[in-house]
Amino acid sequence: MALLEVKDLKVRVEEREILHGLTLTVNEGEVHAIMGPNGSGKSTLSHVIAGKPGYEVTDGQILFKGEDLLEMSPDERAAKGVFLAFQYPVEIPGVATMTFLRTALNAQRKARGESEYSTPDFLKKVREVSKSLNIPQDMLKRGVNVGFSGGEKKRNEVLQMALFEPSLCILDEMDSGLDIDALRIAADGVNALRSPKRAMVVITHYQRLLNYIVPDVVHVMSKGRVVKSGGKELALELEASGYAQFEDAA
Amino acid sequence: MNVAVAKTGNGRAVSDLFASAEGRLPGSPSVIATRREAFGTYERLGLPHRRIEEWKYTDLRALVGEVLPLAAAPDAAALKRAAEAVKTHAIAGARKLVLVDGVFAPDLSDVKALAGQAGFKTLRESLEKDAGLLKTASTDAVISLNAAMATDGVVLDIADGAQLSTPIQILHIATSASASAFTRSRVAIGKGARVTIVESFISASAGAYQVNDAVLITVGDGADVAHIRLMDDAPDAVNVSSHFVTIGAAVKFNFFNMTTGAAVSRLQGFITLAGEGSELSANGVNLLQKTEHGDTTLVVDHAVPNCVSREVFRAVIDDRAHSVFQGRIIVRPDAQKTDGKMMTRALLLSDEAEADNKPELEIFADDVSCGHGATAGALDDSLLFYLKARGLPEKQAQALLIQAFVGEAIEQIADDGLREHVIGIAERWLERRS
Ligand SMILES: Nc1ncnc2c1ncn2[C@@H]1O[C@H](COP(=O)(O)OP(=O)(O)OP(=O)(O)O)[C@@H](O)[C@H]1O
Ligand SMILES: [Mg+2]
Repeated sequence: MALLEVKDLKVRVEEREILHGLTLTVNEGEVHAIMGPNGSGKSTLSHVIAGKPGYEVTDGQILFKGEDLLEMSPDERAAKGVFLAFQYPVEIPGVATMTFLRTALNAQRKARGESEYSTPDFLKKVREVSKSLNIPQDMLKRGVNVGFSGGEKKRNEVLQMALFEPSLCILDEMDSGLDIDALRIAADGVNALRSPKRAMVVITHYQRLLNYIVPDVVHVMSKGRVVKSGGKELALELEASGYAQFEDAA
Repeated sequence: MNVAVAKTGNGRAVSDLFASAEGRLPGSPSVIATRREAFGTYERLGLPHRRIEEWKYTDLRALVGEVLPLAAAPDAAALKRAAEAVKTHAIAGARKLVLVDGVFAPDLSDVKALAGQAGFKTLRESLEKDAGLLKTASTDAVISLNAAMATDGVVLDIADGAQLSTPIQILHIATSASASAFTRSRVAIGKGARVTIVESFISASAGAYQVNDAVLITVGDGADVAHIRLMDDAPDAVNVSSHFVTIGAAVKFNFFNMTTGAAVSRLQGFITLAGEGSELSANGVNLLQKTEHGDTTLVVDHAVPNCVSREVFRAVIDDRAHSVFQGRIIVRPDAQKTDGKMMTRALLLSDEAEADNKPELEIFADDVSCGHGATAGALDDSLLFYLKARGLPEKQAQALLIQAFVGEAIEQIADDGLREHVIGIAERWLERRS
């Protein structure tokens, strides 16, 4: 069943059209990779799906589990199961990571009409997940992402993903800034979340990540459109030949 | 100004305020004479207005108009309501001293428990002897009015070396609308003593009451003092409070004020560092909404060398509210090696919210390190979006960021329990946001 359907999406930022009619369908249980040159609109797409303000959708639609996603506020989308691991996670001084995680998790549960986690259950869950991702406990006492290294910020995104258990995970350049070991750990964390009900969209510049998180479908984005889709071998092809061939196609 | 017959907005003569209260004001005939003189000063000056430099941003004539008549002494029903309010606002374990509508309420207070730890009497008792506590160097109109009208207050003596493990909480409770309470207190802290004083201003019935409070504090050498003020008055109230603090040598003085209520409020603090080697930390938070006006004015006077002062002030302003912070640091010619810093930040939650910030450095010594910084701005959209993308609804995302913002001032409170109490009041303010 289609989890995410992006249909002929046109998006403007500050009077400039960035996405020029993008179409993408992601089914439950699938992992999709999106590759494409800098500035082709990958982050823009992920932001529009998550509901970031400042983007004007001039045409097309986005359906999530058949519902119109563009009608929902960002928090509603999160509660419905949309999760974006940001390319550049922000630092939030003064908001302890633990407080943030608990507040967010319980807000989502409340919006879904589920009961809130008790403190011991919550702590247990966070401890489990952070241990598997090699995130030290004292990092969780600091402000959200404050003083985290680039790689730690990315791992913190995967931690949240594991905690919130979304049905759609969009990973925007999760691999940038990660060293080889951290990449493997984070990828293991992501793979552990693969399930028949959950889909992933992995945005990356490097084939290497796709050795760890093996995609079902690879899309090439160029100039605000998906210009080619194929199997995982497409990523290898790109690695060898670059994007030049698609610049014209776009 | 024409002072032939000073009248208030509704035609009452200003002099009626004193004349109608005189019979109830405690003190010997000489004390009454002092009061009359003070009232004369007030009558001459009237309520402060914007053409008086210190009151430029808080024009009481425009904001308040008139001083309401003296509140009646609380009856049994009022005391009962006050007792309920004490229950919800008392700090666990604190020794309570309760003033209801400007009158000390012994039955609601922990006078006995305090006996071994501090000398205590009421202002009323003190005025039986002389008018000493009514006198201050200031000629400010509201302070003069306070001297004229003060009905009661607490007079505390903390002995040299006394180590008080539990805070003393002075609760000011208003139970009657359309009336004024005037209180004046003195706290003398002995050498090497260690004490935490909390003042809470609350109401037991929302109403348009007025509070005019004055506190005189002296701190002996080597003392360690935490002084926390919580102005959590009813939404229609007026609270104008004045503080005079004189600090000895090698003292640690940690002051914190938070304003979370009152239509119009002003705290004016005059803190003098009069002994060398002392450290003053003076911090404040204004949380304002609707059309509230909150003014925190602090004058820190470095009169001697080698003292440190740090001021952290945060204002969160919603709707059409107006926050004022005036911070003046004076460094006297002798006060070399003074280290005085002041940092204020305002968070504007609506386009119509207003923040005035007036830092002033008056430096007469040459070997000092002083400075101030100020910022004003809205909540950071990218942080808000991050929180919303994680499932927090708009208001909750804002609340988390607001708490972080004021946390920078609140975290200056060292005691865990007190800090939690203060955070609790801030959370209730956040819940009141529409
Ligand atoms: N807020 C903005 N204002 C103006 N232009 C923007 C804004 N956000 C994105 N753009 C432009 O939109 C285009 C697509 O940007 P986007 O960040 O989506 O690219 P990307 O594919 O994620 O690139 P990268 O691989 O470098 O991360 C770029 O040309 C960028 O400059
Ligand atoms: Mg990008």
